[in-house]
Amino acid sequence: MSIAKNTSTDIIEKEYTTLNLGPTHPATHGIFQNVLKMDGEVIMEAESTVGYIHRAFEKLAERRPFYQITPITDRLNYCSSPINNMGWHMTVEKLIGVEIPKRVQYMRVIIMELARIADHVICNSVIGVDTGAMTGFLYIFQMRERIYEIYEELCGARLTTNIGRIGGLERDFSPKAWDLLDKFLKDFPPALKEFENLLMRNRIFMDRTIGCGPISAERALNYSFSGPNLRAAGVDYDVRVMNPYSSYEEFDFIIPLGTNGDTYDRFMVREQEMWESVSIIKQAIEKIKKEPKGVFHADVPEFYLPPKEEVYNNMEALIYHFKIVMGETEIPKGEVYHAVEGGNGELGYYLISDGGRTPYRLHFRRPCFIYYQAFTEMVKGAMLSDAILTMSSMNVIAGELDA
Amino acid sequence: MDNNSLLTTIQSKLMSQFGNDFLSAELVADYPTFIIKKDRIADVIRFLYDDTELAFQYLTTLATIHYPDNQGQEFAVMYQLHNLPKNYRIRLKIFFSVNDLTVPSITSVFSAANWMERQEYDFFGIQFKDHPNLKRILNMDDMDYHPMRKEYALEDATREDKDDKMFGR
Repeated sequence: MSIAKNTSTDIIEKEYTTLNLGPTHPATHGIFQNVLKMDGEVIMEAESTVGYIHRAFEKLAERRPFYQITPITDRLNYCSSPINNMGWHMTVEKLIGVEIPKRVQYMRVIIMELARIADHVICNSVIGVDTGAMTGFLYIFQMRERIYEIYEELCGARLTTNIGRIGGLERDFSPKAWDLLDKFLKDFPPALKEFENLLMRNRIFMDRTIGCGPISAERALNYSFSGPNLRAAGVDYDVRVMNPYSSYEEFDFIIPLGTNGDTYDRFMVREQEMWESVSIIKQAIEKIKKEPKGVFHADVPEFYLPPKEEVYNNMEALIYHFKIVMGETEIPKGEVYHAVEGGNGELGYYLISDGGRTPYRLHFRRPCFIYYQAFTEMVKGAMLSDAILTMSSMNVIAGELDA
Repeated sequence: MDNNSLLTTIQSKLMSQFGNDFLSAELVADYPTFIIKKDRIADVIRFLYDDTELAFQYLTTLATIHYPDNQGQEFAVMYQLHNLPKNYRIRLKIFFSVNDLTVPSITSVFSAANWMERQEYDFFGIQFKDHPNLKRILNMDDMDYHPMRKEYALEDATREDKDDKMFGR
């Protein structure tokens, strides 16, 4: 009697397992925690905890002169710091109303597109690693190294670049930089092709990623997705096209789109974007050839540091140098919002200036922070291994998430 | 529609729909900016979301600004909305006193507002009414103050070697 009672299905209690994924876990690629409620291997509920590397950037920015905020922006999405730097310079230039020479704008486009390639290379190759395909990652990472060598030649740094200045770039592209860029443009397409051959039509990779962590266009919009993640869901929103900055309106490129918003589509959108970036860089190089040589900054002595040799020999240059470094130049009062298409979406800077040496309020619109909240919804009902893939394909960068 | 006609269109629509709860409209840099009474902000955003012509169905960002010297209106929250197909961008603002920090939550319209509002609660202490999960997000849970407010200076206040007259705020 009692045995029969115990084996009948209606009294077996269902038990869920709580799994703590993170904060430091090799598969999360950053410091963030997810507490998962699992039914066997299926995720019933997820709760994300973020903020493990919060560094109070918005607060820090309120006590720094404008040019000292650039290094802070490096550390947002550190996979594509140059885009963040340029976005910040352009925000300040919008506030003070500086017209940037065309040649500088094209040079900035080259730098930003290189950064986009570096960002997408990391994200896409790591998707490969998370599906178990290490080879593609090891091969394509050499190309990221080549991009970092170009950065090094342009600004001296590799990861946290602090590239460019308010009003232009700190130095012209050296002959060596042009040389490295040419070599990169020659070597990158075959390397990317090789990478695509390994994964794009790979049966195992496709089976693993198609239908994994999907989100509909409607939900993605409601969650304010932007960048490749939104485009993978089928919405053609790209800041470069919608609100062109730095002369993007003169370039000829397409916005790749997905349909299902799943991991495979996100992978493919990034893959195609890299080809577009290569084409944009080539167009920019052609455009630069038509511009007057040697121009690498606007003529704004109040904001752009004079060359060092002049500082020591020229009275005005010394005064300007002192004024800029001490933050004594007059900044207009105002309120501006400027957005750029970052590696993973619309990176916006909302700046309020009260005329002081530092911003009164600076708010970063960080694409990661906004779309990562959809993660719990996207992995509900999925397997644990799919959650890992979803996370890496969303390109969640801890630095940007936590600011 | 350029920014000026967008400004007047939305102004007339909001005026007829919300009457005195709509306070003012102006063009700030390239952004049409509207100031709304605090208690109606969720209704206004819902109205702009549902309106077939305007259809502001994308929340770009929201941020709080603290003006400690602005008596009676110490806090402001700004919302940036975007109509993607037509590329209209607008900014809504509410101003309110430090004594009444309750603001209607817009999470029922935009899921994206969930963490954005938690962030503003975390840093400024804005109480979003009807928010499903209003708790700290970036700072630790047992923190007992809201650090982005202007009264918390970044520099240690007891230091005497740094003269603010010379080195800014």
